[in-house]
This record gives sequence, C-alpha cells and structure tokens, in this order.
Amino acid sequence: MTINTLSQDGVQRQQMPCLTKMERMIISMQDPDMGIKLRNQRLLITVIPHKCSISDEEALHVGQLFVKYGYIYPLKEPRNLILKADDSSYRFQTPYYWMSTRWPASELDYAIYLAKKNIRKQGELIEYEKECYNALHKRINHTWDFVVMQAREQLRASKQRRKGDRIVLECQEQAYWLVNRPPVSPEHYKLTTLTKNTIAITYCAVKYNQIFFLSCLFFLARNRVKSSICLESYVKYCEQYQPHDPIMQGCLPSNPWITDDIMFWNMNSETVALPTKLRVERWSFSFMELLNDQMGRKEFLTYLEKEFSAENLCFWQACEDVRHGETAKIPEKVDEVYKQFLAPGASRWVNIDSKTMEKTLEGLKRPHRFVLDDAQMHIYFLMKKDSYPRYLKSELYKNLLARAIVPQETKKSVFPFMRRQRHSSPSPALATQTAEDDGKAKYSNSNSGTASRL
Amino acid sequence: MACQGLAKGETTNTLKAESESLKAKLEEERAKLHDVELHQVAEKIDALGQFVMKTRRTLKGHGNKVLCMDWCRDKRRIVSSSQDGKVIVWDAYTTNKEHAVTMPCTWVMACAYAPSGCAVACGGLDNKCSVYPLSLDKNENLAAKKKSVAMHTNYLSSCSFTNSDMQILTSSGDGTCALWDVESGQLLQSFHGHSADVLSLDLAPSETGNTFVSGGCDKKANVWDMRSGQNVQSFETHESDINNVKYYPSGDAFATGSDDATCRLYDLRADREVAIYSKDSIIFGASSVDFSLSGRLLFAGYNDYTINVWDVLKGTRVAILFGHENRVSTVRVSPDGTAFCSGSWDNTLRIWA
Repeated sequence: MTINTLSQDGVQRQQMPCLTKMERMIISMQDPDMGIKLRNQRLLITVIPHKCSISDEEALHVGQLFVKYGYIYPLKEPRNLILKADDSSYRFQTPYYWMSTRWPASELDYAIYLAKKNIRKQGELIEYEKECYNALHKRINHTWDFVVMQAREQLRASKQRRKGDRIVLECQEQAYWLVNRPPVSPEHYKLTTLTKNTIAITYCAVKYNQIFFLSCLFFLARNRVKSSICLESYVKYCEQYQPHDPIMQGCLPSNPWITDDIMFWNMNSETVALPTKLRVERWSFSFMELLNDQMGRKEFLTYLEKEFSAENLCFWQACEDVRHGETAKIPEKVDEVYKQFLAPGASRWVNIDSKTMEKTLEGLKRPHRFVLDDAQMHIYFLMKKDSYPRYLKSELYKNLLARAIVPQETKKSVFPFMRRQRHSSPSPALATQTAEDDGKAKYSNSNSGTASRL
Repeated sequence: MACQGLAKGETTNTLKAESESLKAKLEEERAKLHDVELHQVAEKIDALGQFVMKTRRTLKGHGNKVLCMDWCRDKRRIVSSSQDGKVIVWDAYTTNKEHAVTMPCTWVMACAYAPSGCAVACGGLDNKCSVYPLSLDKNENLAAKKKSVAMHTNYLSSCSFTNSDMQILTSSGDGTCALWDVESGQLLQSFHGHSADVLSLDLAPSETGNTFVSGGCDKKANVWDMRSGQNVQSFETHESDINNVKYYPSGDAFATGSDDATCRLYDLRADREVAIYSKDSIIFGASSVDFSLSGRLLFAGYNDYTINVWDVLKGTRVAILFGHENRVSTVRVSPDGTAFCSGSWDNTLRIWA
C-alpha cells in the first residue's frame, strides 16, 4: 500500500482483496450443511469453525475482524463492536449492507437514516449522532427537503412490513451505520482525509516499452540452475547456521534480551582477548564470513604475513575503500593504490595476471569508482581458492579453535523475580568524537572505513 | 545488444505484443528446470518444536504511527521514524532515548542507521533523504548539521546505506531507485524499470556486493546491478503491491511481503518463485518481512495487527504473535539474530525474543 492510495478510490483498491476474502469466509460459514449452526429467531455463534485449523485465539482474532468490518453484528450491545467468546448472540449482516457493495457510505444516505431516527422517536439520537445530524443539515441544506421526504417515505413503507422483518431490517441498518459512521473515526477514515496531491507518474509509454522489451531479452538469455540444486542449498545453509541462530537454538551464556545479562555481547565484541568457539567455527563456513569479522580478518592477516602474501589482503581492503568511499577522494586514493601495489617495483606489489594488469593500468588514466574492480576480483578469488583453505588447515587457526571459549550457560538467578540492572553502553557516535578530537584520520589501512570500532 | 535494429516504424503496440510473447517464453524457460518443490526437499528435515517468543521491551515515546526502523551494528541501538516527523534513536536494551530529530515533513517512511553508528538517514513526504550525524553534545541541535542527499520527484519509501557511510541507496514513489554519494549529494546511478511506486529495497549480502532487489506497486520484484544500473532479473507473481523485500542470508534468494496477504520466496539462480507463505485465515496484507539469522524462520508483520512466523523450508506457519494494537508497519531482526523489533501504527516498538 503506498501513500498514494490514501485517497477515496485508493482505500477501496487496497481493501477490496481483503473484503473479498472475508466475504468468502462469511458465505461458507452460512452454508446450511457445513456452516455454523443457526437457531430459529436468533443466530448463535459459539464457535467459529476450525476448518482452517487455527487456534482459538486466532479464531477469535479473525471473528473480531468480521465484526469490525460489519459482516457480523452483535444483538445485545449493538454499539459495542467486539466479539466475545461467550454465549452472546450475533447475526450475519445481509449482503446488501456489505462494505464492498456499499462503498463509500454516502452523506445523503446517512442524513436520511438520521432523519428517520429523529422522526420515529424524538430524542432517539445520541450525542454524536445529533452533532452529525446538525453538521449534515448545514452542509447539505440545499437537499434537505429531499432528505426529509425520503425519510418519511421509507418509514411509511416499513410500517407495511411484518413486525419481525421490520425489526431485523432496522437492526441491519443500524449495524451498517455503526460500522461506517462510528463516534471515533477508525483508521480507514483517517486515511480518506489525508489529502495529498501526488504527482502521477508520467511515463513516456514508448520509452518504457522499449526498456521493458530489452530487459525481457536480457532475462531470457540468463543461465538457470535446476530447482533441486538450489533448494538443497537452503537446507544445507539452514542446517549449518542453526547452532548460530539465537532465536532457533538459544545462545550461550544467555540471550541478553531475555535475561538482562550482556555477557553474550561482551564475549563476542571486537576487542575480546579470546573468541568463542562458535565464532571461530563460523570463519570456516565461507571466505566472506572470515572477512566480515574484524577479528577473523586480523587473524588472516597474521597468517598471510607468515606466508609473505599479506599485500593481497591489504590491496583488497584498499580497493574496498575506493569502491565505498567518498567520490571526491577517488583519484587520490586510486593513485595511492597504484603507487603501493601496482606500479613496477612497488613496495607491496600484487601478483595479477598480465591481461588484468594491462586493463587496469589503462583504466587508471581516467580513474573512477570501479576502475580497480577487475584487479580486486582477481586477488579476492586468489585468496579464496588458495590462502583461505590453507589458513583453515594451519596451526594458527587450529590453535585458536582449540583455545576458543565455550561459554557456560548463565545459572538461573536465585531470586527469579528480581530484575537485573540494565547497563547502558557507550554510543558508537562517541567513538568518532574522540577520534576527531585527537585529530586521528577516520580511515586507516587495516580498517576499510566500515563499522569496525563496534 | 541484440535489438539495435528496432525499426523506426515500430509502434508501441508491436513492442508491447512482442514483450508479452517474450514474457510467456521466459515463463516457459523457467518452468523447464523446475524439478522439485521446496516442501518436498524439506520433508527430511525435522519439524520445529514449540515456539515461544515474547515481548521483551516496549519502546514508547512516539506520538504517532511508527513507520520504519533500523538496527545499529552494535546490536542494541535502533532508529525509528514516525508519521509526525519525529526520528528517534534508542538504546533498545535500556529503552532510553538517545537522540531525537524533528523532520520538517510528516510521514517519515524511511530511516536507516549508518554502518559506523555515527549517523542516521531519513526521509518521506519531503521527497528527500537527509543524513544527520549523531552528536553527543546535548546542546547541539542535530538538525543544524543535516545533509540533504537524495532528491526524488515523489515521496521517499525506503533508504539504505551501502557498505559504508558514504553511499546511500534510495527508492521512491516516483518509480525509480537511486544511488547517491553522501558527501556531495551527487547522483551516482539511477535505476528505471518499475512502472509504479517502488516501496522497498534490500542490498544483497554477496561477496561481490553489487546487486540489490526492489519491490513496488507494479507487483514486480526487480534485481539490479549497481554498477551499470541494469535490471538483471524480474519476478511478477504477486497479485497486489509488494510492500517489502528482504534477502535470504546466503544471498541466493529473497522474500517479499505483499498486500495480497502472501509472502513469497524467489530463488535467484533458479530464476523463479519457489515458495508461497499463505493461509486462508490471513486476510490482510503483509507489510514487512525479515529472516532469522539461519534463514529458517521468516517473520512477517501484517495489517491485521499480528506477526506470523513461518518455517521457510517447510512452508508452514510456526507461530502467530499478538500484542500490537494497530497494524504492524516494520519488522527487522537484529544484526546478531538475538531478537527482532516490530514497529506499529499503535505508536510503539516492541522487541521480541
């Protein structure tokens, strides 16, 4: 639902599918064989059928929606539009008064209804109805004669009906107006009063169709993978990550939101001395997981230094910095990268294949944000295929994994009703302020400018 | 590109007819490789046990409908925006409010926390996206240092920082998405292809970090290449507006929540819809969706005030959470997956765990 639908027609467009669904359910509820049991004069709803296999609470919730939108109305306290799970009586509203068939409820009809009430019994209108009546009288004064005439006619016609029918019709009409003109306007009325002159999307039809046509050709040319392979990968992924998902399997020592104990966050922070086992294990899931964790990245850098290939990771980080940094600083950053990593005889020269190197050097003549992409990609996959698997088999990694902590589950508090004090933490915004005050640069080589201080 | 030879005399109708036949061909091709359904593959997995989640924190302070929220990477702070123009930064763990900004417009439908935690971006009916650096100086007026970054020709529906504080991706009611440089406010790339308001976008968690998905009122979900601005994939199976899109944690799929009361899962490699999450008793539209950390659970907020929790693999509903007193407008799981936050038109936010 967009804000543009918040006009008269828009509400109908948004609500129609919901109303259609509700109406379908209401109709099936009234089915003589499968629906709800009805009683002679009064229709009783004690239990909403469980054909949708939903719980009692949800049944009540759905029933509530029916009452709110006027498909069922209560008999005893008509003004109280809620569904109670007891013996109170309700009746199905006739389709004539369904919201989808009579949208929107017009002012004229409401005026006629109020006029009828007024004529039938002086003083029958309650407070807010009196106010509405007077307001309408002012607003549509020019057709007031018509309103009164219509009201009189309808009252005369109803007197001709049988008493039972007349009572039911009056109930139906009353229920309809209670839903559509309640004392406090519900949300869907507030929506209709939001006037926003939105600019309609002016589309050059030809241009749009051209773009769409070209896109279709592009989509068709795509290489697709068999469903079975793709879907299997979700199963594997969910299985692999389940122990790491606190909502699925809990977390050790405990979930801070549940126990008010922030040990879990402290033990997994950036600067902790010894990481947890789960965290170290996660680095083995994919190269991306290792790089996304600042501690993992540092460990990997240490390993690469031993192998004398640390310049690869540094180069990759520098490229990230160019890609995601300020546009204005791109030329100078690219220049730095060239001097440090790409120039012949550079101090930290990276080993890229000649074809990519040629292409990159050519592009450096007119540096832009993505000029280093090919080279970065080459180095990334080099690390991923070569250094990363060796790191996972290395002593460095295995040692860390062996030393990593498995936190103890927090013992349940002796006094379970005493709430622990919730401590605040330093705001990340504070970190920059201190750094700025010290005149330190925001970016450093081992930090690609993303959220590393947290 | 194969159609350089678009004849001059080609009318709109011919093009349209050709596009329709291409679309039909595309569906044919997609169906060829569809050899199994998700729930069949998921049969061998154990069903989930009893599911208990409760409201652990209630954040009260907004004076009007909460429209959007985002988590900070420190896993406990959040930013939220509401209809009355207020944007509030909270420490959700202590429920303290840390910053508040009053926007010069109402209906602030989009807000985002910067990756560094030092700024927030927000926008709405003002058609702009503005970035506010967060200052801890109590006396400083946050609005003074505001940076106006994005300019659209219609309302801003969603915004997100890319991997750094320096770039913002926005989607708008004018049918386009755009990538902006924060410092200069320069438009870096724009994305055209939707034929109606774009309501939501999400960045892919991929290694190369170059794509994002958007969903809109034209019932389409489009995947875009950020570098070239090209629409690389498109999915159109919903029956009504798509309100929210979110990537599956692996980046190989994404979920959508729509006004047709269903949520759907689309796989990017198979290039098709692979699951529908719906029930007869769910009548009202889904406004917002998000995955749990492992991707096994999908949390969806609906316009009937409830939150439904779905088993992504088996396609069944695991739980229904009651609590909000008006429609749920936004649902987001925290960065470390310990909880999720829901914002609602009842002016409150709730943290569930």
